[in-house]
Amino acid sequence: MTIWNPMRECMARPQLERLQLTSLRSTLERAYRSVTCYQNKFWEAGVAPEDLRELGDLAHFPFTTKEDLRLNYPYGMFAVPLREVVRIHSSSGTTGKPTVVGYTHNDLNTWTELVSRMMSAAGVTADDIVHIAFGYGLFTGAFGLHYGAERIGASVIPMSSGNTEKQVMIMQDYQSSALVCTPSYALTLADYLQKKGISADTLKLRVGLFGAEPWSEEMRREVEARLGIIAIDNYGLSEVMGPGVAGECQHKCGMHIFEDHFIPEIINPETGKVLPAGAAGELVLTTLTKEAFPMIRYRTRDITRLHYEPCVCGRTMVRMEKTMGRSDDMLIIKGVNVFPTQIEEILFQVEGCEPHYQLIVDRKEHMDTLEVQVEVNETIFFDEMKRQREFVSMVEKHIATAVGVRAKVKLVEPSSIPRSEGKAKRVIDRRRI
Amino acid sequence: MKVDQISIFIENKSGRLAEVTRVIGEAGVNIRALSLADTSDFGILRLIVDKADLARDVLKDKGFTVNKTQVVGVEVPDRPLGLSRILQVLDESRINVEYMYAFVERCGENAVIIFRFDNLEEAIEALTANGINVLPGERISGM
Repeated sequence: MTIWNPMRECMARPQLERLQLTSLRSTLERAYRSVTCYQNKFWEAGVAPEDLRELGDLAHFPFTTKEDLRLNYPYGMFAVPLREVVRIHSSSGTTGKPTVVGYTHNDLNTWTELVSRMMSAAGVTADDIVHIAFGYGLFTGAFGLHYGAERIGASVIPMSSGNTEKQVMIMQDYQSSALVCTPSYALTLADYLQKKGISADTLKLRVGLFGAEPWSEEMRREVEARLGIIAIDNYGLSEVMGPGVAGECQHKCGMHIFEDHFIPEIINPETGKVLPAGAAGELVLTTLTKEAFPMIRYRTRDITRLHYEPCVCGRTMVRMEKTMGRSDDMLIIKGVNVFPTQIEEILFQVEGCEPHYQLIVDRKEHMDTLEVQVEVNETIFFDEMKRQREFVSMVEKHIATAVGVRAKVKLVEPSSIPRSEGKAKRVIDRRRI
Repeated sequence: MKVDQISIFIENKSGRLAEVTRVIGEAGVNIRALSLADTSDFGILRLIVDKADLARDVLKDKGFTVNKTQVVGVEVPDRPLGLSRILQVLDESRINVEYMYAFVERCGENAVIIFRFDNLEEAIEALTANGINVLPGERISGM
């Protein structure tokens, strides 16, 4: 199986660490010099770039959080002038304001290189027809995979998301062999094929690269069995780069993090202390080569474990396990980041008082569903059914606009949402993933 | 001329309606008329009772969401076209009926219908001007 860049991906660890140290020094230097937020944070923590003597010293530097990005919206975290930025992407944020990220020419080149590595590790070659069913737009998923696949020399179908019937027609007619989408959409496709009596054997699909949402090994087995493909996991987040931060090889024993471009750490999310190799905790990522948007110790809030033993594939790059959950209350619903506080704000606006609510997340026929249960009170209760229903659809509309996810609002009687120690449990996630 | 009506939010699950009637019944409140509007998730129960304030207080104590609104009780001749004529008067006066429901008791030879209007005063005026009898509130809750 091809390794896209064996010089880098199979580097001996001492050599890799020397490379990391040099890149890290220059990243800290650039971030400190060009981004006020980092200057202030370093100053508050009493550290300066020259305090980094060995890689372990990174632990003395402050974390960067999504809140920092929000406070510096839109361009405050950029380390280069906008005229050097050639691409802008964004992800959904906590308060309706998205997170904006930028890329220089070199950044896009690196991104493409890393996606090429990731896709090669999944077994994609120049002979493949890559069917990209992520939405093309502000999200990093589609464009990231698109350029990597092109660099490998594969034929790329920029299909975008939605319209399952057309997706299947194109798969049949254009003979798509590699599928890029969310794992839940892969199951939606499988359902559609089943409903239409189309055997997966009649398609040319042989491999799928799935990401943008958490999924389990059971789900992998189901996708593989029903679509007759190899299903490969990958990891990325727009704040750090997008897809291509890490990806599985065909041995499926963890996602190789491309350590010549990112330094991963695992911390205790409560104390912020760095945990020893192999321990489960929150993944923290530092970029080593990003020019426009360097990230120093970015708290991903994803819980995972790192394995440093070399992989049978020959790559020396550390492997991260499938993410096991979040250290905050963020939900990923249909690939969109949703924080309960966003819903709370909307309810506060319409009710004018602290709302009692609960989010019920479920997965029906492989699609995520969100139900928002709201306890009624006298200000939002009417004796006329018409007004009551208008109220419900008004809240639903607000949620769809601000959060980007369609929710069903259900009114419930007061005190029917269970409270524990005075505080209601805000989220019930019934998805088995 | 207006009647107090209490409306109660009821989740669509078993036993809730029974609970409402039990709570007010035990407080000695008697139901004069009722209507239930429902969706698959919830219902709005509207009641005319003999003691509206007491009913509202005991229900609130039990954690129900209760609103008090004012409606109008109209005497309707108990014969074909009786209701139709009243609705026609309202329509000609451009008064919108939000909802209506029938009263259990009769008032002499006539039936009684409870109306909820967007504009109560105008509705009463239009009805009385057309010789339609709007029943006093006390009379209805005491029926």
